[in-house]
Order: sequence, then structure tokens, then C-alpha cells
Amino acid sequence: MNKFIVSPSPHAYTDESIPKLMYGVIISLLPALGVSVWFFGIGMIVVTSVSIASCILFEYLIQRYMMKVKPSHLDGSALLTGLLLAFCLPANLPFWMVMIGALAAVGIGKMTFGGLGNNIFNPALVGRVFLFISFPVAMTAWPEVGQWMKYTDAVTGATPLGILKEGLAYNTVGEIMPGLPSYLHLLTGKMMGSSGEISALALLLGMLYMMYRKIISWHIPVSILGTVAIFTGILWLANPDRFADPLFHLLSGGLLLGAIYMATDYVTSPMTGKGMIIYGIGIGVVTVLIRIFGAYPEGVQFAILIFNGFTPLINKFVKPRRFGKEVSHG
Amino acid sequence: MSQIILYTIITLVAIGSAAAIILYFVAQRFKVYEDPRIDEVEEALPAANCGGCGFPGCRNFAETLVKSESWEDLFCPVGGNDTMAKAASLLGREAIEQAPKVAVVRCNGTPEFRPRTNEYDGAPTCAIAHSLYTGEAGCPHGCLGCGDCVAACTFDAIHMDPLTELPVVVDDKCTACGACVDACPRDIIELRKKNKKDRKIFVSCINEEKGGIAKKYCSVTCTGCTKCFKVCPYEAITMENNLAFIDSEKCKLCRKCVPECPTNAILEINFPPKKEKKEPAEAEVSE
Amino acid sequence: MSLKTFSRGGVHPPEHKLSSGLAIEELALPETVVIPVSQHLGAPAKVLVNRGDQVKIGQLIAQSEGFVSTNIHSSVSGKVLKVDKFMDSSGYKKMAVQIQVEGEVWEENIDRTDDLVKNTVLKSEAIRKKILEAGIVGLGGATFPSHVKLMVPKGKTAEYLIINGVECEPYLTADHALMMEKTDEVFAGIQVLMKGLGVEKAIVGIENNKPDAIKKMKEVANGTAIQVQGLKVKYPQGGEKQLVQALLKREVPSGGLPIDVGVVVFNVGTALAAYEAVNKNRPLIDRVVTVTGKSLEKPSNFLVRIGTPISLLVEKAGGLPDDTAKVINGGPMMGKALSTLDVPVVKGSSGILLIQEGEARRKEMQTCIRCTKCVGVCPMGLEPYLLMTLSEKSLFERMETEKVMDCIECGSCSYTCPSARPLLDYIRLGKAEVGKIMRARKAV
Repeated sequence: MNKFIVSPSPHAYTDESIPKLMYGVIISLLPALGVSVWFFGIGMIVVTSVSIASCILFEYLIQRYMMKVKPSHLDGSALLTGLLLAFCLPANLPFWMVMIGALAAVGIGKMTFGGLGNNIFNPALVGRVFLFISFPVAMTAWPEVGQWMKYTDAVTGATPLGILKEGLAYNTVGEIMPGLPSYLHLLTGKMMGSSGEISALALLLGMLYMMYRKIISWHIPVSILGTVAIFTGILWLANPDRFADPLFHLLSGGLLLGAIYMATDYVTSPMTGKGMIIYGIGIGVVTVLIRIFGAYPEGVQFAILIFNGFTPLINKFVKPRRFGKEVSHG
Repeated sequence: MSQIILYTIITLVAIGSAAAIILYFVAQRFKVYEDPRIDEVEEALPAANCGGCGFPGCRNFAETLVKSESWEDLFCPVGGNDTMAKAASLLGREAIEQAPKVAVVRCNGTPEFRPRTNEYDGAPTCAIAHSLYTGEAGCPHGCLGCGDCVAACTFDAIHMDPLTELPVVVDDKCTACGACVDACPRDIIELRKKNKKDRKIFVSCINEEKGGIAKKYCSVTCTGCTKCFKVCPYEAITMENNLAFIDSEKCKLCRKCVPECPTNAILEINFPPKKEKKEPAEAEVSE
Repeated sequence: MSLKTFSRGGVHPPEHKLSSGLAIEELALPETVVIPVSQHLGAPAKVLVNRGDQVKIGQLIAQSEGFVSTNIHSSVSGKVLKVDKFMDSSGYKKMAVQIQVEGEVWEENIDRTDDLVKNTVLKSEAIRKKILEAGIVGLGGATFPSHVKLMVPKGKTAEYLIINGVECEPYLTADHALMMEKTDEVFAGIQVLMKGLGVEKAIVGIENNKPDAIKKMKEVANGTAIQVQGLKVKYPQGGEKQLVQALLKREVPSGGLPIDVGVVVFNVGTALAAYEAVNKNRPLIDRVVTVTGKSLEKPSNFLVRIGTPISLLVEKAGGLPDDTAKVINGGPMMGKALSTLDVPVVKGSSGILLIQEGEARRKEMQTCIRCTKCVGVCPMGLEPYLLMTLSEKSLFERMETEKVMDCIECGSCSYTCPSARPLLDYIRLGKAEVGKIMRARKAV
């Protein structure tokens, strides 16, 4: 006699799974990874491998020995955190700093809250900000592109945003611009910056792939980028000498990386379309405020972390439209 | 430099004093009068906040004790008679003594006695399994083994035995708060009188189906044959709906009913072994 | 023809219509039947027969008790063996009448010819009475007593009759077969229901994976007040609220019924049963059941007498495959898993699905990663991830605020979840508890 299995409905399931989603994001990051390795060489390889390996290792150790739960370090989320963390760091960062960043990202940013699904703040950004505050000099000395065989000994310089912010104290935008990478270079990646943020084209390609795979929706990237474009556009139109144009703002710094990969992290972003748009607008506004009026040349990392904190509140008050609330006659 | 420090100290002291004065007046203005005896009674309570008394938290129970005219239905099962006596003395009243109780699991459907005929693959809670069907063994009254009772216990007094797939009560820790009784969707757990040496005699079955039907899925079911009922010298056993029930208040633990049961449905716990011709009933030794 | 669809949520499970296009086969009579006295929503019927009684096919054996209830008829002729509790597809034993099949003796007044009896001179009230007498209930699976649905409450008006020919569940093809083979009778049944309800307009909704049925129904309906509308294939298009929204762009209000927007919805099978009851004096004693499964030798659409054990259907479809791990009464999305084949076919049994080993077990549950997929697929605009967490923590009052009672239990959320979380299990638990709270509140 067959022993039947009895369970409540439904009795059919999609073959979607957490690893599939995580690896989908990782695949979409491969173009950006390729560009980074092309421009930063061995430094990028070392930073990325150390970051990924550390994140996976720390997650395993903490889950096995501190939390005493079944380790889930191989489900793809630790790998993704490691990869994204590496993308936020300069490619010449010493490996031990990378490991500390990984510990902060996984240990503080994820495990203290209870592991995957329970964290409030984006783990990669927590690691990045931790390093930024702890080692400000090392974290703001970006290697120039093309130094394939150099790691910590690479020649360093400032990012376009950094140059702009410093320059504005003495010159107008029009005077500073010729000294910055052209739009083409901003698009393709021949500029200085954190290893993953340099190539706008690669990141946009990744975004299209994720949207095709239905991993992310358009709401967050479009609302962040749209808000930044509009806000900087208004400022630029008001005073083109003091404020750079929107296209420059969109292509430089960590904005694209943040808008496409960091802000769209499932766990830390809102659960409804409307909520996501509010979240995106907020991030856009704060990013521009910090860039223009704040002390730092780049603000997207702080903006995202701030709005990660707002996500539970957004989820509480922004609900999906319920079926049948209003009776509409066709 | 010292001028700055002086000014700083003066400013901070001034702000601090002003805040203290404002807070004092505000506290006085919005003070809520509470009977100071409530605090005293709350001290006497065990502070488990388990809800066993039927009130949300020990403070609320303390308040009720102070304000109520009659203490008829008020009892703290965790603290027991000692606590009630202490509270009573604080308020100059008499506490009603109650016999201590303990939770008893009235099902013995292990995989050996009650074979599993299907596999449950739903969410691992008894509530959901119960709403779905009779269970992995077919008995509509039997234990489902998912452990809702274990999850409900705040005193770590009940655990699932992985071999028998049944819950086991740790008598020393059980406070008879009733959380497991409420959690069980099949009403298998009962609060029974606690006897000396944790001895128990009870019918480990709540199945109300006719004997012939129940025996099809469980070999230790109560068939309602009334043999135990006929032999009890203290009229402690009643029969209803094909099921025998032993009243723990009336039972004198004489054990005459145990060997009578043809399906070994009556369990005797924590007794020394009897010299019998028949095999004695399964004597579970509590942990 | 442009296809319509509902606007929120929905999923696309693979269709697997293995028995599509297969002609309806009349299943041989079993040796005994077990006819439960509650095959419908509402109060169980009261048994009228005793052990030893002889009954005829179509004889009333249990009577409707109360307003929301209906009659039960014998589907066979023979001797009543027992009136006792038997296992049925609810998962528990319920009161039923067990009859030993002897011969084929029908009640005299039933018209057993194949003639199509088109017109009925009966008025609405008489129609409703005949439908109650015949024990007609919603055959789509909800089994709501149909005569109650036909009574429009005071203060509301019925404008449209909608016929549900969607059959959005994968694997099931019973309604498809009816629309192909009994088109004229179904059509006549629609007209009976229109008269019973008192409406002039009707729309039949059919999913586009049945283009032959759409074509045939359109031919028969041509020139009448009955429209046939094709619908995009999307689950759960067959849910009545989704169907009303797709066809008329009207949203049934939360906590309300389709009549609140001037509509009443019936399944095609119910329309056929209404025709047979009103025009042919034939009570509800049989129905088409799809027996299907990937390993099954002979997926079929059987015409089955109510009370036939499911084991017989499986036997006639080629026997139980060795690798069968799950038996479902219904479709894979909303059907009920059975622990044994020894349960009877009842009025709401639309299909029997056999699932093999590799596909039967759930994946291990993971933590919620807040991917929002469940929110995106919910056709009622709810947040399943939140409802499950609230249910786990027993926060039932909050669940009521979060509109858990709007849930139609379609299963799209559990189907979609990448973490294999049993969302619907906990939501159902929450609905039951909130229902208790609401009833306690009303009683005060």
C-alpha cells in the first residue's frame, strides 16, 4: 500500500529559490567585475577574492559556533555580500582591512540581526561605511586605472566627484570640467573610484539582465536616478557655475552601483511598489544633499543606509491597494 | 581656560537644576495614585508573567487580588498555595487552599501502538495538521506530534520524545499554568491532581469512537468496555461516549483498574512494579 | 477577439491538461456507494432513510436543514447498508449513507431521454424551488447551495449572470469536456439560471487554452443575450471575484459578494445540473470528474455517480501508478490531499490528481528574504509574508486589520515563494481564528 504524503494546498511550486536569485544577481555583476579587473588588475582580484572568502567564512563561523544554527553560508547571499563589498572598496585596499570590512558586513550588518532576512541595513554598505569611518585615508586613495600588476603600491588619486568638490572652493564648474574624465570615460569606466562603481555601462547592462530575470523591478533604480537627475537638474539650471550637470552626477560616484545593486537589496527595501518609489525618492534627495551641501563628495552610501532605516516604517504605512476597497463600474 | 570651565559648570548645573524642578512638578501634577499594596503583593508573586492565573502578567493579577471582593476564582498555579498565603497575609485576608495540579498527556499512541499510515508534509504545527485531517495514524483524537504544547510552555516543562513521538511532561517544572492545555488542538492534555511521588493513574486515551473502529488504528485505545468502571471500589471512573474517565480527585491510586484494561489504556506512573500474572501496563518513568 | 484578464497578481503554473479533448466516459457502477450528508456549505442534510431501506436512483435520502442547506439524493438503487460516519475528503469521518448497489431502478418522474428540452414555462420562484429540491450546489468546488444564490437579497439588484467556464486549475478538464459535448444542454441551463435569477444579460468566461470550447459556445450563443468572452490564461482567473473584475471591470467589495455589484456567478457544470433539474426533473446524482496524473496510464474524464469510491476511478484509469506519492481531490493549486483512496466522490469533486514521488514533497522552508514576490502575485492585494508572521505569533486581531478574510486561498503566494515558506498554511489558520473572533463579537 502506498504511503501517501498529505499536506495543505497548494501542491505545486515554482522552481525559484534563494540560490537562484542570488546567483542571478551575481551573474548580472559579471560585466562590472570584468571591467574592474581590466582597469585595476591584480588589486581588484585580491580585494574581491579576500572579500568573498571572508564573508563566506565569517558567516559559517558565526552561524556554527555563535548562533548554533545550521550554516547557510553557501546559499549565495554571503558570496553576493562579499562581491558587493569588494565593489565598494578601492582596489588597492590592504587585504586585512578587507577582512575587517567583511567581518563588519556579515557579523554586524547581518548576523547580529538574526541572519538573512532579518537585517535592517544593507550588509555590504555597513561594511563599507565601517571601513570608511575607521580608515578614512586608505578608503579615499583610489588607484589610477591601468596599473594591472600593482596592488597596495598603486599610484592613487581622487575621484571625479572628489576633484569637483575640492575644486569648487576656488573655481567654477566650467573651469573644473576639462580636468575630469569625459562622459565617455565615465560611461565605460576609465575613471577613478571604487572598483565596482566605475563602469556605468556594465552596471546598466547588469540592471537590464536582472529586470529580464524578474529579480528586481524598475521602481527603485528609476526613482533614485530620476530624483537625482531632477534635483541636480534644477540646481544646474539655476547656477551652472556652482553645480555640475545631471548627466555628470548620474555617471559618477557610486550612484549607479548604489541605485541598482545596494538599494534594491530585497531584505532592506520596501515591500510595495509605492513604498519603493518613496524610498527611491528619499535616497535621491539625500544623496544630492550630501554631494552638494555636505562634507563628503559622495553621499549615496549614507543615503541608502538612512532609508534602510525607514523601510520598516514605509512597510507599516504603505500597503498594497486591496482588492475591492472601492467599487468601480466599468 | 578656567573661565570656560567655570562657565560650563555653571551652565550645566543651571540646566540640570531647571530640568529637575520642571520634572518634579510635572510628576506631581500627573501623578497616578496606586494602592501601595499592589506593589507589595506583586513582590510576593513569582514574576513568571505566564498568564496561568488568567490575567495578563503578575502586576495585573496583583491589582486584581487587591481590588477583588472575593478570591474564589483567583489562584496562581506557579506560586501555588504558599504564594497565595503570602499575598493573603499582606492584605489581611484568607487564601483558599487548592490542591496542586500537573499536566498529563492522555495519549499513548507511539509508532509501535499506532502505526503511521501516511506522511504529513505541511507546516510543522499541530493546529494546521489538525485542521487538515485526522493525522498520520488516522485517529481523529490522537496526538499529532508537532509540538504546539512544547512551544507554548514557558517553564521548559514539556518536551517531545523523538522515539515515541509524544510529549513528555517534566513534573518538577510543570506549574499547571494551562498553556499546553490551550495550545493542544485535540485537547489531549489535562490538568490532573498532583499526587505524592508524582504518581499518576489515568486513561491514556480520549478517543470517543466505538472500540471496534478505534482499534483499527491504535492497539492501546480505550474501547469503552467498562471493565475498569466495574472494578473501581471508589466510584472514581465514569463512562461516556465509549470512553472511560478517571476522576483524579476521587482516585485513591489503588491500581485495581490497571490490569483490568484489555488494551493497556490505563497507565500507572511512578509506582513500584506489582507482582502480577499479566504484563503490567507500560510504566513510563518520568525524567 | 480581444482577451480579457484580471488586473492584479496571478501566476502561471504549467497547464498539464493531459485529459484535454478526451470524451466523457460513463464509469461503471461500483458495488457500494457512500453518500455523505454534507456535500455543501451550510447545515448538513437530515437523513431520512434507515438501515435496510430500499432506495431508487434519484430518491431523496436526506433533507435540507435550514436556510443555507440542500437535499441529498441516492445516486444508485439498492439497499441501505449503514447510516454511519465514513471517511470523506474533508480528512475526517462524517455522517454518510452507505448503499449496496442493486440494479438500476430510477425514480419515475425523471426524464431519462436524450431529448433537449429547451423552454421552461416556470417562473423564477418555481425554478428556484426545483433547484433546491434537486440538491443543486456550485459544482466548481465551493458547493454553495445554488437556490440560495439565486435569491437576490432585499435592496440589491441582479444585472448579470456570469458563467464560469474558466477551469484555471492545471490538469482539470471536466468543464472543458462539458462545454464540448453538452453544449446545447449547458446553454439551456444558462437560460434556466437567467430566468431563476431574473436577469436579461449573461456572459460566459472561458480561458483561451480551450479555443474549441470558446468557438462552440459562441456558435450556440450566437444571436442570444448570452455573450461568450475569451480570457487570457492566468491563475486564478476562475476565482469569482477575479472573473467579475475581468469581464465587467467591477470589484466585489471586501467582505461582500458578487451580488453587491449586481452579478451572480455559476460554474458551467452547475448550469448543466440546473437544466437537468428543472427541465428533466433529474436531481444531482452524478458529475464529470477528471482523473489525471503524469504517471497515470489512462487520464480520463469520467461521468461518475455521487458516492463512488475514488479507488474505482483510479482503477478504471489504469490503476494506481507505483510511484504515486500524493492523491489530490481537486487541482494542484487548491485541491485537498487525501490519506487514502477509500473516500467517495462528492458533488464538489472536480478531479482526482495523482502526483509522483519527485514532485510530491515540499522543499525545506527557509527564512523570508522579503523579495516581495508573494505581494506581487496576490490577486486580492494582501501581504502574505506579513500574514504568515502574524499567524505564527498568534496576532490574530492584527491579521483582521490586514484583511486576511479577503484571502481566497488560491495558493499563488505559497506557489511563488523562493524560500518555500508554507504561507497559505498559516494564513488559513489565521482565517479560522479570525472567523472565531468575528463570530464571538457578533454573539455579544
